[in-house]
Amino acid sequence: MNALSVRGLTKTYGNGVEALRGIDLDVERGDFFALLGPNGAGKTTLIGIITSLVNKTGGTASVFGHDIDRELEAAKACIGVVPQEINFNMFETPFTIVVNQAGFYGIPRTVARERAEKYLRQLQLWERRNSMSRGLSGGMKRRLMIARALMHEPRLLILDEPTAGVDIEIRRSMWDFLREINARGTTIILTTHYLEEAETLCRNIAIINGGRIVERDRMSSLLRRLHVETFVFNLRTPLAVAPALPGYVTTLIDDHTLEVEVSKEENLNDIFARLSALGIEVLSMRNKVNRLEEIFMRLVEGRGAHGEPVREGSAQPAATPRTRARVGTPS
Amino acid sequence: MSSVAQPAAVPIRLSVVRWVGFRTIVIREYGRIIRIWGQTIVPSVVTAVLYFAIFGSLIGRRVGSMGGFDYKQYIAPGLIMMSVITNSYGNVVASFFGAKFGKHVEELLVSPLPNWVIVGGYAAGGLVRGLLVGAAVTVVSLVFTHLHVHHLLVVLMALLLTSLTFALAGFLNALFAKNFDQVNWIPAFVLTQLTYFGGVFYSVSLLPPWARSLSYANPILYMVNAFRFGFLGVSDVDVGGAFALMAAAALVLYVLAVGLMNRGTGIRE
Repeated sequence: MNALSVRGLTKTYGNGVEALRGIDLDVERGDFFALLGPNGAGKTTLIGIITSLVNKTGGTASVFGHDIDRELEAAKACIGVVPQEINFNMFETPFTIVVNQAGFYGIPRTVARERAEKYLRQLQLWERRNSMSRGLSGGMKRRLMIARALMHEPRLLILDEPTAGVDIEIRRSMWDFLREINARGTTIILTTHYLEEAETLCRNIAIINGGRIVERDRMSSLLRRLHVETFVFNLRTPLAVAPALPGYVTTLIDDHTLEVEVSKEENLNDIFARLSALGIEVLSMRNKVNRLEEIFMRLVEGRGAHGEPVREGSAQPAATPRTRARVGTPS
Repeated sequence: MSSVAQPAAVPIRLSVVRWVGFRTIVIREYGRIIRIWGQTIVPSVVTAVLYFAIFGSLIGRRVGSMGGFDYKQYIAPGLIMMSVITNSYGNVVASFFGAKFGKHVEELLVSPLPNWVIVGGYAAGGLVRGLLVGAAVTVVSLVFTHLHVHHLLVVLMALLLTSLTFALAGFLNALFAKNFDQVNWIPAFVLTQLTYFGGVFYSVSLLPPWARSLSYANPILYMVNAFRFGFLGVSDVDVGGAFALMAAAALVLYVLAVGLMNRGTGIRE
């Protein structure tokens, strides 16, 4: 049984906007799943339908086998959701908010108080438990929403951009926390604009664009399909023009920074050898963007993971590759 | 941040979820009423003091008796009922619209609580405030006049049904409201007028026939008179009919509110 199973899900809003155009998606039990897409792609609508905040137009969805049309209460009892926007009562304290939320899921008050202490401590909010919530920092508010979503210990946790606006230190500690939750068996669906976050945490991924799933794969398989990566080299001595490296696209960003596009068939040793032969000394090197970001941009721009066009409504890359255009290549 | 969540393994008991959820909504509403007591309890008490001081003590002396009772005694049940009506309505409309506006209504909408429990919880919250304020205004009334209870069950039932009816009406207002103006519109331009013309300060027997006929179309007249009957034993309307009307109104409003919630009116896209 899947944690989430969605078939032919469609949503057309009253103003005629088609937010979802037939989504099919399965998320396995215990998975840490990334649902990515640009703004307006349909991610939040999809989550809204699953959590019953949005009425669907067509299709079916079930959570741990509970169909949301026939067993809505049972389906919702399995889900914990951390929404994109802050949605707790700013005039209540964190302790009250989480205890009440547990009550809405049928957790008795004595148990709820114990859990409130446990989760507020784990999310470093215990010291602020009796403060008015509006006074919490942005990161604290995000953590409070996570604590609230965990109070009924859901089997499926849906996180809609949980680390937006959170500083890097807190973000990384939240990653560790989410990994632990997942390791204990909770299925997690994560949407985020921090692609490094998805790449680091998630085992499987779907990319949604224009209301359709345009890619669905294991994270590792998808990353392996990345055909071209761009590396940035910091040089010891300045260059006036980009060096000509046969077979590579090179771009001189400034006199000490060189970008080189490297395809899967080529290797870095060869580039280093060629640069050394030209007397160019490399001080350091990094990826221009992370690998998932590179694939993501290609997919949402309709070029596929290899740079090929994507068929509308297809979760698979199109069969016919096309040559990528060279942009800004001075060599 | 370290260690935690266990996925729920035991099957949920929906009846327990519903009962605990209902209680939680009521406890949360009670907490809100007490937290902002300066806004929820005090204004009605102050208003009641003013009414008793001005209409009861100053003008009432010249009015003499009404329905065979001292004027202050006659208006006391009406003033208590007026505070119950406005507070039951006001509590639900403000709380539920506030939850919509602040988006924390989503806490309930994503939970496994069915809509009939959510509506029931908010209505019970309105009832709690109606009863609290009603009790406070009753205490004020006792300072100014003597109140004899003629029929306790009638008093309690009238209080309960009226409060419930207006709490549910407030819920409907909050469902349809898109901004704060629409929250205030009904209380300011409908409720106040109906209450003042609902026999709080006078007996409809004093009105000319056309005005009396018109008054019988006002549901608040039945509520105030049923309540007054419980205290004084006099009424301008048939008390049995008044209870039937109140029960029917509460039921219709409840069914309507749950139906609209199920459709997603005002809460879902």
